[in-house]
Amino acid sequence: MSVPVLEAWRVSKHFGAEKAVDQVSLTVEPGTAVCILGPSGAGKSTFIRCLNFLERPDDGYVFIDGDPLGYERVGDTFNEVSGRKLSRQRQRVGMVFQQFNLFEHMSALENIIEAPCGVLGTPRKDAIEKGMSLLTRVGLANKADSYPRELSGGQQQRVAIARALAMEPHLLLCDEPTSALDPEMVHEVLAVLSNLVSEGMTMIAVTHEVGFAREVAHRFVFMERGVVIEEGPSSDLSTERVKEERTRSFLAKVL
Amino acid sequence: MMTAPSGDKPFPSSSPDGASSATVNLDKTSRRMRRHVGSNIAGLVAVAILLFVVQGLARNSALQWSVVGQYLFSATVMQGLMRTLTITAVAIAIAVVLGTLLANMRLSKNRVLRAVNAVYVWFFRSIPLLVLLILAYNFSLLYSNLSIGIPFGPSFVTFMTRDFTTAMTAAFLTFGLQQAAYTSEVIRAAIMSVPKGQTEAAEALGMTQWRIMKRVVLPQAARMAIPPIANETINLCKSTSLVAFISVPDLLYSVQEIYSRTFQVVPLLVVATIWYTVIVSVLTLIQWWLEKVMQGPSRGNRSALIPAEAL
Repeated sequence: MSVPVLEAWRVSKHFGAEKAVDQVSLTVEPGTAVCILGPSGAGKSTFIRCLNFLERPDDGYVFIDGDPLGYERVGDTFNEVSGRKLSRQRQRVGMVFQQFNLFEHMSALENIIEAPCGVLGTPRKDAIEKGMSLLTRVGLANKADSYPRELSGGQQQRVAIARALAMEPHLLLCDEPTSALDPEMVHEVLAVLSNLVSEGMTMIAVTHEVGFAREVAHRFVFMERGVVIEEGPSSDLSTERVKEERTRSFLAKVL
Repeated sequence: MMTAPSGDKPFPSSSPDGASSATVNLDKTSRRMRRHVGSNIAGLVAVAILLFVVQGLARNSALQWSVVGQYLFSATVMQGLMRTLTITAVAIAIAVVLGTLLANMRLSKNRVLRAVNAVYVWFFRSIPLLVLLILAYNFSLLYSNLSIGIPFGPSFVTFMTRDFTTAMTAAFLTFGLQQAAYTSEVIRAAIMSVPKGQTEAAEALGMTQWRIMKRVVLPQAARMAIPPIANETINLCKSTSLVAFISVPDLLYSVQEIYSRTFQVVPLLVVATIWYTVIVSVLTLIQWWLEKVMQGPSRGNRSALIPAEAL
């Protein structure tokens, strides 16, 4: 069997007394897309942010391609790594944010080539060439020189996806990628993401788009109050087929 | 298709003068806008006062414009001007570099670094500039020797403080260190104004903290920090005239030197004033240019975004 791209083992995160994420485990095989669903405040975003250590889990481990994230294993001990090493480990995990978070002072193309040039040391010429092909892939080749404030929300999110892909991540995390978009722009972003899934990208997405979860993702995870209530194949995402009552009542509200 | 309503509009409650008809054809009306009489008068008054002041200055024989002209480009004044510019430039350079460092200390997770920053800012903001300047000039009275070595351990090189603290170094350090305390607060505010999402996106791309600061945070913070830093530079440039107290022949001191011999006090102060005005004007232009450059290349590039067919 292949090594899972991601393995989260009993990941917990609390803010003060409140347990935002409580012992959540998740395994994602290569080429699989997993959607995390749940009501707001369920800890979905906190959990996905733990997966690349934007939030440092208080407990549990995250393994990327079998290697622990944020630690180095020496026998039975996991030693915390330096910030520099953590940065290197993170290169395998791309992330797309709800608010896009494009670098405001850089053009679309500059946003995309910043990390390949600065972190991986890719020659600028090669990075530009690859950046342009990524922009073409998300349908924005004509916007290479535009600045984020000149782009619509949907266009910004597509540039943000291209920026994450430029690092050739093994795993793409999407934290509510369409929640900040005007309704007419949701589709263009979901289309790009479903293309990626069909091309074999491993993906974990926190989303409220149940339709996307059912049609594009392979599996779903339903979370509530920091714990996983139910997991299953995404084809089961209907009020008739889910097993848990809480999942059913959630789906009844959003469908 | 929608038809425009007819221009005839009835006014059931006709105007108090009784003369107006009850129905008005709106097509035939005209609009008369308010005239801003008050603001026009205020403008005229302001111009009149300005002209009055200017002609008063031009005709005042005590100003001795010929003397002003005689000394405006004299060697002494030019040397003084250069010193004023040098002190300003060195001090603001120290302030921006040290201020950025201090701002990062303040924003650090390390409590000790934050405390060191707090004490630094507190001290240099508490002590009057002139007191600090005289103290720095007389630093050798406080510590007669300076040495480089291991703290609490052996020292490798020892200087006499007196040889080291010339009036110029005292000036550089005083203005640089004090300005750094103020500038660090400006830079801290600017760094905090950069949204957290920018840092998170950079972290997620595997960028190191140092690189994130250099490539993502500081370039965006600089845009916010330039107007207040330019403002402080202008202020600093004039504060440097305090160095006259420690006998540094800057712009002010050099004209004082001349008028103490010739007793032409007013025209020489006018010479100094003219040069300070010139410096501030140039600084203002630099500020304007920097703000324009930082505001985003997008404005300049915009034409490139418009497809050729549209032109």
